[in-house]
Amino acid sequence: MERAQISCTDNKDNNFWKFILSELKPKGKIFTPFNVISLPIMLVGLVIIYLRFRDGIGSVTNLNQEIPWGLWIGFDVVTGVAFAGGAYVLVFMVNILNMKKYKPILRVTVLNGFLAYLFYSAALLLDLGRPLKIINVIIGNNYGVSSVLFLVGWHFLLYMLALLLEFSPAVAEWLNARKLRKFLGTIGLGAVIFGITLSVLHQSGIGALYLMAIDKIHPLWYSEYLPLQFVVASVFAGIAMVILEGSISHKVFAHQLGHNAHEEHNSILVGLAKICAGALFAYLSLMIIVFVHGKDWKYLDSGWGMWYLLEMIGFVILPMLIFYFSYRHKNLLAIRIAAVITLLGVILNRMNISIIVYRWYDVERYVPSWQEFVVTLTIIFIEIWVLRWIIMRMPVLRKSPEWVRDDH
Amino acid sequence: MSISRRTFFKAMGATAVALSVGKEVAASAEEMTGERPELYGVLYDATRCVGCHGCEYDCAEAHGLEYPDIPKNPPLRKTDEAHLTVVNHYETSKGSLPVKVQCMHCTQPACDAACLTQAMHKTEDGPVIWREDKCMGCRYCMISCPFDIPKFEYQSTNPRIMKCDMCHDRLKEGEIPACVYNCPEEAMMYGKRSDLIREARKRIHENPDQYVDYIYGEHEAGGTSWLYISAVPFEELGLKTSIQKKSYPGLTKGFISSIAPVDILLPLGLLGIYEATRSKPETIEED
Repeated sequence: MERAQISCTDNKDNNFWKFILSELKPKGKIFTPFNVISLPIMLVGLVIIYLRFRDGIGSVTNLNQEIPWGLWIGFDVVTGVAFAGGAYVLVFMVNILNMKKYKPILRVTVLNGFLAYLFYSAALLLDLGRPLKIINVIIGNNYGVSSVLFLVGWHFLLYMLALLLEFSPAVAEWLNARKLRKFLGTIGLGAVIFGITLSVLHQSGIGALYLMAIDKIHPLWYSEYLPLQFVVASVFAGIAMVILEGSISHKVFAHQLGHNAHEEHNSILVGLAKICAGALFAYLSLMIIVFVHGKDWKYLDSGWGMWYLLEMIGFVILPMLIFYFSYRHKNLLAIRIAAVITLLGVILNRMNISIIVYRWYDVERYVPSWQEFVVTLTIIFIEIWVLRWIIMRMPVLRKSPEWVRDDH
Repeated sequence: MSISRRTFFKAMGATAVALSVGKEVAASAEEMTGERPELYGVLYDATRCVGCHGCEYDCAEAHGLEYPDIPKNPPLRKTDEAHLTVVNHYETSKGSLPVKVQCMHCTQPACDAACLTQAMHKTEDGPVIWREDKCMGCRYCMISCPFDIPKFEYQSTNPRIMKCDMCHDRLKEGEIPACVYNCPEEAMMYGKRSDLIREARKRIHENPDQYVDYIYGEHEAGGTSWLYISAVPFEELGLKTSIQKKSYPGLTKGFISSIAPVDILLPLGLLGIYEATRSKPETIEED
């Protein structure tokens, strides 16, 4: 055993860079439909990002003095963070509640979460007028400790570190770094526990960002419970995303999976559907309490009231019922449909709060420019490219190498 | 998946200390922005203002901005990144009346509480200023300000947040704000906020027919350094009267004070659940 390990390390030293170089080369077909569509969009997006830094934010966006946060914050950050919530929920289920059934999808979910956070922070940097000054948040004597955004920023940053630690064993396995892998295994629980705590706080913190906008957000959407509402929403938003992503990646990366994986995954999906139904029910109850407590009846009889009811009935109650029936009848198609409706509902709610019902009384409306859409797509596409690159190389979907179990 | 308990508690202790220190700093910042008798401000008497727009030119000059281009019979205008104050004429129940708009310099400003780098800052003598070396351009101040005052230079590659700073630089040299100094009608008065409120009350008391009995800014958003008195109700002058009377930073207080307890208690709870759900074989292995 010892000899084997030494020879392995020698081997690694000699071939490390060769190995990295060979891994950098593309694997798989180049002219897939996804590549053909995403590449041109990404190229245009990069040009727009260049123009944004050359001519200022106003040159490529429709942001104005009334709407300082547009699509890049409203979708990429406020919505995207909810979609990345699956990582902390699954980590909680597998590593804290010890639900082994969900372990096969843990790594890919954590990876998704980490990449989502990484690229959403990139989107955030694009939106900052003076991005270099972000250093003032991290070091120096300029801490704005009474700022919600300060606390969100720090919890966000530390959580990215926790996610990186949670995923790092896969990187160590890929590099064949046994000692590193063993070490990373020992600090896992700390990363898990703090990761969940940091998640609960920054997920709710995103809602708390809007607490001071009490005059600007339509009363049907504003409440002092925004932080709680956002953290509950992040549970079903994250899990619905896991259902959708899992369903897609099991088709795309089928060759990475062992047999049985399919049945296993289907049973996981049914379990996740149950969680979604429960979380949506909790969310609905919270929203009803907030609605009744706020005496909001008078606002219902208006266009905005209808818009609100559409969100509540079409995108909370409807997916909740579909999830409920689909897990009882183990109907996978219905689970996927419900997941998509849930995700659309989360987009609708977060876009409502950050853009649509934000300054609902204004006559002139902000509509994102095409450049804002292209840059948003670019960020999502780059994220998918990186995700694919990693899944093709590291043990994310496929099983860990034999030596991991030997060493344990 | 295991961690030595000692390391874990060490890490947790460090976090707890860091967070509680953070809270103390927050508390003292809160005290600093609390009501203080020596806060200075400006009393704007809308009944004296004739709407000559002179202050707009003086403001531009004092801040190194281009002179405004004001058309005849101008439509209602808003302040923006190049115009830190504007005078609008409103059709009111007492005819066309002018009113000046600029930063209200709240006693407990939402923008100051929102700012994560202390770029927006309530100075001890009254003005709310923006500090270029600290700002990262996130525009959260613009989201939070109930008066829609901070403006952003969208067309710049190194954009600034632009707003009235009550001529902070002039105040430091013992002068008074440019608009107050130059107003030909003496529609504005610079002084201690408490004195200004007394003066406003006196004017209302001595000429009850000329004024509505209300000082706009005395309680709005928890009190502002800029105070208005007027001949007509303030909504007729386009001022926001729905502004809550409590401070805006108070809206986030509950959330911010719940962070430290969650950061400390939740990890403990999670550790407890982890221990409780651990499967038996693993425990035996470790022992």
